[in-house]
Amino acid sequence: MTSMMAGNTSTQRSSTATATGAAVEIDDVAVRFRTKKKDVTALTDVSLRIEPGEFVSIVGASGCGKSTLLKLVSGLLRPSSGQVRLHGEDVRGPRRDIGYVFQRAALLEWRSARRNILLQAEMRGMPRAQARERADELMAMTGLTGFEDAYPNELSGGMQQRVALCRALLHRPPVLLMDEPFGALDALTREQMNVELRRIWQETGTTVMLVTHSIAEAVYLANRVVVMTPRPGTIAELIDVDLPVERDYGKTMSEPEFARGTGRIRDLLGAASASD
Amino acid sequence: MAAQSATDELERTGSAGAVTARPRRGAGASLARFAQQTWRPVAVLAALVVIWWAVTAANLIKPYLVPSPGKTFDVILAQTGYFAHNTWITSYETILGFVIAIAVGVLSAVVMVYSPTVEKSLYPLLLFAQVIPKIAIAPLFVVWLGFGLSPKIVVAVLMAFFPIVISTVTGLKSIDPEMLQLSATMGAGAGKTFWKIRFPASLPHLFAGLKVAATMAVTGAVVGEFVGANEGLGYVILQANGNLDTPMLFAGLLIMSLLGVVLFVVVELLEYFVLPWHASRRTDAATTSL
Repeated sequence: MTSMMAGNTSTQRSSTATATGAAVEIDDVAVRFRTKKKDVTALTDVSLRIEPGEFVSIVGASGCGKSTLLKLVSGLLRPSSGQVRLHGEDVRGPRRDIGYVFQRAALLEWRSARRNILLQAEMRGMPRAQARERADELMAMTGLTGFEDAYPNELSGGMQQRVALCRALLHRPPVLLMDEPFGALDALTREQMNVELRRIWQETGTTVMLVTHSIAEAVYLANRVVVMTPRPGTIAELIDVDLPVERDYGKTMSEPEFARGTGRIRDLLGAASASD
Repeated sequence: MAAQSATDELERTGSAGAVTARPRRGAGASLARFAQQTWRPVAVLAALVVIWWAVTAANLIKPYLVPSPGKTFDVILAQTGYFAHNTWITSYETILGFVIAIAVGVLSAVVMVYSPTVEKSLYPLLLFAQVIPKIAIAPLFVVWLGFGLSPKIVVAVLMAFFPIVISTVTGLKSIDPEMLQLSATMGAGAGKTFWKIRFPASLPHLFAGLKVAATMAVTGAVVGEFVGANEGLGYVILQANGNLDTPMLFAGLLIMSLLGVVLFVVVELLEYFVLPWHASRRTDAATTSL
């Protein structure tokens, strides 16, 4: 497959922003892959700072390194250069203090909804009774009550994704990473999941990084939207979303601030594709 | 907001309907379904016996070439002790060979999946061992191991080993990479990831291989007996052939096929209980079972 190039340590900044309470700090990060034919720069010049409890959406065309960014934060991927810190700590390998949700629910077919959620607890060796209680609580929060013993093949796509979300939240991670979690759902279910995610975020207070293709979804959910452009993947602009905390799907969408946010993102993404 | 809760309700009742429509585990229901699935092959089998009987009764074929079903069953009934003993011998060789093949096959598959170096060096060797006709090397095992049961078991292992290795390797490799990444973020070590995710996920593939291997193991044991034996169903057939005793020959063949079928069904039943969740088990597509 591909192999990572060794990071060039000499270019690292003597970062002054050490451990000042940020949930996620990405400092001048670049990711390069070496494929058979050529070197590919997936990400370059990426710096981002996310405060605890923020909801940050990441939008951009395919191949701009959105998912790569999440992999860096989770430690599943190491940067070629630059630094990634989680709660002031350098990310050196896969981190346990995060929750991850993928586009596909990635559930184990042979486990019921509840036991899929409890996989998180089993892997971590969490106390059983406590984990079970937390799982029930999360299933109630996401509307899975009554489906505890259903198997993935008996659940709709939206229900499966709810199970995946519960699994990601079981251990109360301070940071939740979501990689196009609703991309495979129909529009109606997607709206509903957006409303629920917003509510869950408010209830749990976790920091969320959400990668999405939907501009509306990005703005509706987030405090800030990271707009990325491809070749090489980098941050084009950070957009503050100045909408009230309490959001109503219909009302929020008709507010001028919502229109301003989505309009700006469209301009940026349009400009990126026009320059190709 | 009202519209949202309405769609929510819709989705819930929709999936709840799906849950009740498909009973997952129920002994009575599954027995009824088993009967429903098996009556056709049983009927075909009965038809074949009738044709066999009709052909021999009408004297279309000389009795010393194809004996009648009655005569064949008479031979079995007249010499039950003899058949029981030889069936036991072949069953013993087959089952032992099958079990050893599972142990060795699964283990080497796991090693190959976790070590690309081992895989690269072992795979060509495996293929080489597979393409050698077993009947050609069976005499060698008799020279090495004598006339006892061990050379037959070795041939059975060799026959059954290959499909098990291939299917297990395929199964272990077909794991969703996101599942493994998820496991890493859960802080799970290689052991937990293997037992809780990777191995269970590979089981449908493994069982497909086991079904092939079960029938191969019978062939292996009989091939071993052909080369040099003084007991077992292979020996019975060889003796009957030498004596032009076709009723005995047919009786041996019949029991041998039955042995293969029984072993296959045992593996299927095992699969049914181990993997009630798997796709091939839950729909009404009756592609398997006999």
